[in-house]
Amino acid sequence: MPDQPSNASSSGRPILRFDNLTLGYDRHPAVHHLQGEIAAGSLLAIVGPNGAGKSTLLKGITGELRPLQGRIELFGVQRRQIAYLTQLTTLDSSFPMVVHDFVAMGLWREIGAFGGLDRARRVRIAAAIDLVGMNGLENRPIGALSGGQLQRAHFARVLLQDAPLVLLDEPYGAIDAASVRDLAALVRYWHGEGRTVISVLHDLEHVRQEYPETLLLAREIVARGDSATVLSEANLLHARRLAEGRSDDAHAPICHADQDAG
Amino acid sequence: MNETLASIPLLSPFIEFSFMRRALAGCLALSLGATPVGVFLMLRRMSLAGDAMSHAILPGAAIGYLIAGLSLPAMTLGGLVAGLAVAVLSGGVARNSVIKEDTSLATFYLISLSAGVLIISLRGSSVDLLHVLFGSVLALDDAALLLLAGFASLSVLVLAIGLRLFVLEGCDPAFLGRISRLGPLAHYGFMVLLVLNLVAGFHALGTLMAVGIMILPAAAARLWVCNVGPLLLIAVSVALLGSFIGLLLSYHADLPAGPAIVLTLGGLYLLSLLVAPLGPLASRWRSGWHFER
Repeated sequence: MPDQPSNASSSGRPILRFDNLTLGYDRHPAVHHLQGEIAAGSLLAIVGPNGAGKSTLLKGITGELRPLQGRIELFGVQRRQIAYLTQLTTLDSSFPMVVHDFVAMGLWREIGAFGGLDRARRVRIAAAIDLVGMNGLENRPIGALSGGQLQRAHFARVLLQDAPLVLLDEPYGAIDAASVRDLAALVRYWHGEGRTVISVLHDLEHVRQEYPETLLLAREIVARGDSATVLSEANLLHARRLAEGRSDDAHAPICHADQDAG
Repeated sequence: MNETLASIPLLSPFIEFSFMRRALAGCLALSLGATPVGVFLMLRRMSLAGDAMSHAILPGAAIGYLIAGLSLPAMTLGGLVAGLAVAVLSGGVARNSVIKEDTSLATFYLISLSAGVLIISLRGSSVDLLHVLFGSVLALDDAALLLLAGFASLSVLVLAIGLRLFVLEGCDPAFLGRISRLGPLAHYGFMVLLVLNLVAGFHALGTLMAVGIMILPAAAARLWVCNVGPLLLIAVSVALLGSFIGLLLSYHADLPAGPAIVLTLGGLYLLSLLVAPLGPLASRWRSGWHFER
């Protein structure tokens, strides 16, 4: 293993700790024996080849997937407070709903099933829509949005969730450059507010520019630390080999049943 | 007063005959209770599941019939138990095996329907079988009307309280699951509402037609608007209008009432397909006009 996972944290106080964490499906591990902490306020990219277990790790953090072994500890944040933007939206975009109402769902933790939208909350909804550059589209049905617009709306919803921990799974998958630029600015803004943001990303150039810290994953932690250092050719090659099961790593052969392509 | 009203041809059958008034009251209850449930059924892409569930209540109602004849409480109770059992069983099989939800539901409803018809034919006449399959909207007695009104009131209340929950469960269930513990409550609560309304519809329109007043008005309304609130209002209005016209048609042309109502609703749906802004024709006629779905 080229680099030991560095437990160095920017603010000291951890928000997440993995302890011998193994996650998988149907008893087949997708990532195994993860060890380490993520500091509160981190802006962390998770990078790795397809099948490296990146999305699996996010699902483990949200609690959607229970560990096969080991555990994940959360500090100062509850699972339902985590904002999690999945790789494929689970939204039924043919559902008759307009952008305003979709974004307003982000307020669920505050208003629940019965609370009303008072003036202050309406202002916040409008501000969130404005911040993602969607003003004027409040009353457009979600089914009429382009991919980029829909992702902007998703970000506005995350914004209203006011979450201390934000997980983004390939948030820029199929959207245009202008949308990526705007949404990346929003991620920086969240980081500036002291939120912890963990993003699964494929665009290494984007990671080098925007993310101070990177975790390179290939079923196990290949490297962790400063993005420029972690994303070295040697590390990336090693990660690819591990993910393809071509490594002499003893764990690799039992791990090929990863159903999760992330 | 009554005479002036009775001179209006559209109203006279309802003024003259109490069975017509009762039928209209029954349809009013179904329109208010079952139709909004039908809207959510459609939005959750469960229209066919609703149809399957309507058959699933048959063996329960049939066992009630076997024990107590054409008894309202016995058939209602039997229908509720059978419907809920099939909902829970088919959901359970779908979640815990390789059989998917649609197949799971189809298997259970096929078993239910055949069992139901078999049980009724053990004892009943073909008239009874017709009653069970196509309902008897023109023969609603006080007890049946009260039952329909009671179920409708309960549905309206539950939908009003849980509206936001049902909307979120319909459009983004995974998101709801992450932010709230109420997801399963919304799902099973909805299934209970569905079964209640199917049993109510069963008494008036029969097991084969009960879904008609749920899905047809919902589908027609969907062609007009893009927001849940107006969708519910339009669907209920379509259901009321269809029931009214259908009953009149059945009276004047001497047609069976249940099919006349459902066919009228079907006509309103076809009409919406032709003229409504989200219908397939409207977008072609106005080629330069982008209606946003």
